[in-house]
Amino acid sequence: MKLLFERSVPGRGMDLLPACDVPAAEFDPSLLRGAAPHLPEISEIDLGRHYTELAKQTHGVNDGFYPLGSCTMKYNPRVNEEMAALPGFTQIHPLQPIETVQGCLEALYTAEQLLCEITGMDGMTLQPAAGAHGEYTGLQLIRSYHLSRGDTARNKIIVPDSAHGTNPASASMVGYKVVSIPSNPEGGVDLEALRAAVGPDTAGLMLTNPNTVGLFDPNILEITKIVHDAGGLCYYDGANLNAVMGHVRPGDMGFDCVHLNLHKTFSTPHGGGGPGSGPAGCKEFLKPFLPTPHVKKTETGYELYAPEQSMGKVRSFYGNFLVVLKALTYVLTLGKEGIPEASAGAVLNANYMMSKLVGSYDMACNGLCMHEFVMDLSRQAHDYGFTAMDVAKRLLDFGMHPPTMYFPLIVHEALMIEPTETESPETLDEAAEVYLKILAEGMEDAEKLHHAPLNCAISRPDEVGAARNPVVRYTFEA
Amino acid sequence: MSNIPAELKYSASHEWVKEEDGVFVIGLTDYAQSALGDIVFINLPEEGDEVTAGESFADVESVKAVSDVFSPVTGTICAVNEELLDDPAQVNEDPYGAWLVKVENVTATEELLDAEGYAAVVEAEEA
Repeated sequence: MKLLFERSVPGRGMDLLPACDVPAAEFDPSLLRGAAPHLPEISEIDLGRHYTELAKQTHGVNDGFYPLGSCTMKYNPRVNEEMAALPGFTQIHPLQPIETVQGCLEALYTAEQLLCEITGMDGMTLQPAAGAHGEYTGLQLIRSYHLSRGDTARNKIIVPDSAHGTNPASASMVGYKVVSIPSNPEGGVDLEALRAAVGPDTAGLMLTNPNTVGLFDPNILEITKIVHDAGGLCYYDGANLNAVMGHVRPGDMGFDCVHLNLHKTFSTPHGGGGPGSGPAGCKEFLKPFLPTPHVKKTETGYELYAPEQSMGKVRSFYGNFLVVLKALTYVLTLGKEGIPEASAGAVLNANYMMSKLVGSYDMACNGLCMHEFVMDLSRQAHDYGFTAMDVAKRLLDFGMHPPTMYFPLIVHEALMIEPTETESPETLDEAAEVYLKILAEGMEDAEKLHHAPLNCAISRPDEVGAARNPVVRYTFEA
Repeated sequence: MSNIPAELKYSASHEWVKEEDGVFVIGLTDYAQSALGDIVFINLPEEGDEVTAGESFADVESVKAVSDVFSPVTGTICAVNEELLDDPAQVNEDPYGAWLVKVENVTATEELLDAEGYAAVVEAEEA
């Protein structure tokens, strides 16, 4: 399809701004650019059609099944959008006097209280703009705590080898050295390896539970105790909270701080649907280090304050406020009964779909899963010559988004499926049928799968070429 | 079946080592490059950096994933194959020619495997 630059015709356009009714200001010529910028000139209808065409080539959760493992692509209820669009929330300025935005502060305060209740934490900042940003903030809490005690020797963060890649990355950003420990055969933390890794230089442990193969670690209390006994703190990556929300709480598992992904667990949009939000929560003893400003409730209303040993700001103002509102709407809509029902549904759906595929596909781990399961295509790759990548590409032909591929890294030909609770049994039946059909296709004619997708606008883009020689700007004709 | 030259030593984490007059040349094995797939980026240390046996000293990014490269020896980097920064595909094309770094003043090494020992490691991973 044509780019906007290629649709541009000189002189064409739409007047979005009214005519200027004040005298034009003169700029110092040294501040002006020599040539006009190459802005596309295009009519509103052509612009609209351009983006509609792009939208048609994408696949969102509103288009069809989207079981992207570890991403919790659940439905984003419309009521969330309606609440976040209320003028009392949108027609405000972040610097207006707080007595005029008491409702907004109350919404932030309520969201913090409810998310703390769900996670078993005592305080939370809503500033971080995404999951990795929340990780960074949580690790800064850990760092601030050790430094406040004059304990400067703790410079290592322990991360299991099954962890999300953002964990070691966030730890490095905070200035910590990352110690990777192996998983046990069940995909959980190897207790002996953990005992051997902890010491006076341990700042903390980062962990997802359930872990990345979709299993709840039965040794979780022992794990957090080993780290605490060594003087370290425990950080909970909330990526997989959708499996246990309302049933168990990270705070009760022994974690000292957490981050949540509101765009996963709490039904706010991912990516193009709006920015993310990654609140970071903590136990009472870490609250003094939380970012500023923080909302508190007083007898006369809601106020903003700086926690006494605050790490400062991690983002401008109060974070992605409207995203927090959508998550708050979700929590209030589901309520105390609905929250655990949602996570139970997520686990039920994952097990239902897994039960339809087990026996045909090899599972990375046997037995029941939590909210997601990992299939391993190593046997098919070896015996028939088709891989997880080929299955994923073929799924596109059936109007489904592929699952997460090649993650976790400890499973070589991984396909990681997370259906979420918002899919119906009919959708799961249909999806399972497609997965079985593709498997049969591959066993009969692996070569066909190597060329998939066969019916999409684009077949296999040159990913290697794109990564090695990315073209990231448009070159205008001279 | 991946290529495992008999004259080299190997680590269980898929690096090869060749000793030349006290300098240890380190690279990625054929099995490693094939498991990674097309490599699109390599992050290498600098000359003079210290490396520790068993600890990560570089990372390689393929279309699939980013992976650490672990040093089989403890010592000081005395040469870095900077050609790979612009052309990481060399590791895919010629894994035993495209060395990553050379290490001198080596004070310790991991338990290194001979070709037969390493072949058993690869076989176990492929099983």
